Amino acid sequence: MKKIYVREDWCLGCHLCEYYCANANLGGGDMWKNLKGKAIRPRIRVEGDNNVSFAVQCRHCDEPHCLKGCIAGAISIIEGVVSIDQNKCVGCCTCVLTCPYGCIVPTETGVMSKCELCVNNAGQAKKDKEGGIVGFIPACVQNCPNNAIVVEETEVTA
Amino acid sequence: MDLYVYPEFEVVRNEKKCICCQACSRQCANLVHSYDEATDCMEADDSKCVNCHRCVTLCPTKALKIVKSDHTFRPNANWSQATINELYLQANSGGVLLSSMGNPQPHPSYFDRLLLNASQVTNPSIDPLREPMETKVFLGRKTPVPPLEANNTTAVPEPYNPDGTLKTEMSPQIELSMPLMFSAMSYGSISYNAHASLARAATQLGICYNTGEGGLHKDFYQYGPNTIVQVASGRFGIHADYLDAGAAVEIKMGQGAKPGIGGHLPGKKNVGQVAQTRMTPEGSDAISPAPHHDIYSIEDLRQLVYSLKEATGNRKPIIVKIAAVHNVAAIASGIARSGADIIAIDGFRGGTGAAPTRIRDNVGIPIELALACVDARLRDEGIRDDVSLVVGGSIRSSADWIKAIALGADACYIATGALMALGCHLCRSCHTALCNWGIATQRPDLVKRLNPEIGTQHLVNLVHAWQHELKEVMGGMGINSVEALRGNRLMLRAVGMTKEEMNMLGVKMAGESA
Repeated sequence: MKKIYVREDWCLGCHLCEYYCANANLGGGDMWKNLKGKAIRPRIRVEGDNNVSFAVQCRHCDEPHCLKGCIAGAISIIEGVVSIDQNKCVGCCTCVLTCPYGCIVPTETGVMSKCELCVNNAGQAKKDKEGGIVGFIPACVQNCPNNAIVVEETEVTA
Repeated sequence: MDLYVYPEFEVVRNEKKCICCQACSRQCANLVHSYDEATDCMEADDSKCVNCHRCVTLCPTKALKIVKSDHTFRPNANWSQATINELYLQANSGGVLLSSMGNPQPHPSYFDRLLLNASQVTNPSIDPLREPMETKVFLGRKTPVPPLEANNTTAVPEPYNPDGTLKTEMSPQIELSMPLMFSAMSYGSISYNAHASLARAATQLGICYNTGEGGLHKDFYQYGPNTIVQVASGRFGIHADYLDAGAAVEIKMGQGAKPGIGGHLPGKKNVGQVAQTRMTPEGSDAISPAPHHDIYSIEDLRQLVYSLKEATGNRKPIIVKIAAVHNVAAIASGIARSGADIIAIDGFRGGTGAAPTRIRDNVGIPIELALACVDARLRDEGIRDDVSLVVGGSIRSSADWIKAIALGADACYIATGALMALGCHLCRSCHTALCNWGIATQRPDLVKRLNPEIGTQHLVNLVHAWQHELKEVMGGMGINSVEALRGNRLMLRAVGMTKEEMNMLGVKMAGESA
């Protein structure tokens, strides 16, 4: 299955992935219209300083602690992507507490959000010549200025 | 109090679009941008801006642009704004003005006044997509191999053996998939990642890159077959394995951006692996003297050429690189007779990591004229085939490249163009060592901004694009081998030149028949 990972050798700590993530999850389009004057709630977060930095986002664990801990049954694995059904989420924050990577982020409304590899963001769809959707390219991967964030098919389990 | 110089550029921020993500402030090594918490606004200190476009490129909302300040002195056709400001800077500092990259002055370009030919009706043009088009070249001596001893007296050896059979042994050659190479930029002047990009791209493309005078980092010996190793007046990083590592050895006598003067890598940049690679004490200034202290004549040069041939077992062609100066034809003739296999000439627009401004802007001659007169001189003297000619110094596009080949070059060197493919925006601030693009810097957090995977791909794309254009133009001329374009000045016509200029270039006026 596909996973996003970060090559810290090339991560510049520019934090642009956070903004592109926040924008993509607000429907995409003009970033300034979505984000001007707002505190962003990105599902990817850059750690580190100017010398060593790397972006962290959901590892899409095979046996996710968040899924086990969810009291509302809102978290499930859909085609390998650990996903949150925001209609079921009751905002208890158990998943926030159990995630070892700190990758679950409360939204403004109190329900949780997390990286879902942009599979629900129509703006990140990869299309073939006829316009059919063949996959999704995560916004952070697409816009990293130094190709530090990559999405690859991997067998490695978190 | 210092004389005040108004900032040259102004940062213009579209406040409607700026979302204060601070990417600009995080990315600017010159510390132009900053975030002001009190007003929740980004601010800019124009006086620090070098106009490198790093912030403009990375700004996710495209809220930034850099404009040239319209602040003005009383207009004066004789005293330009730049001249006045430079005078103030010198009055403040008492120092020599430093600059980087190539000569930006509005000197006339001859490439721009040369036009290319194409076939019509009476001779067939060729479609390069349907028919083979050869761009491979070999650089090196094409005439019989002279004896290896430096004291041999036969400048042009007999083509026959004593028993009357033809000599068939060839001098060592550089094989290139197309007549283009990346010219010398030292490790120290540019970063590890820039070198990695050039080395990998040259290997993928089947061409060569050049180490410059700073030695060869141990990681890059694997790219040896596509490397030209340089021996300059400072003799930095030179040892037997280094000389043997490359496809050829280049003796650097001069550089187009600063003919007649040497180089100076400040001690604070000569650190870590740069110092190790240069084999110099860490923190010491790495000074390349203006002359080679053992070369004061063609005879002395001959000794070094033959020393290097012996050191490499006569397996590597020797290149001698000079700057294009007034007496270039006679000097090139001497170099051809010194036993060198290849002459590289660097025009006055060639780039540099740091040079005194006055020298960069005023010393040397255009590469078009230097190339034409050297090619003509070597032909006149019957020694053109003893050497290959490589030219550089602002080959800006495939058009310049093609015109240089038609004027007589066996191959061209590009460096400024290659750096631009790596992200360089020609802000001409290399000498500050704060390159925001990770090219002309050794600061680790800046160096890593150049990911060699991206850099290599951009270089490969650029050179492939130029190769396509070369093939298209050659096809239009009805030429299917770049060897047949070389020195083919009938493929060139001049516009807007004087008779003397056309004579010097050996080209006819547009409209004049062959």
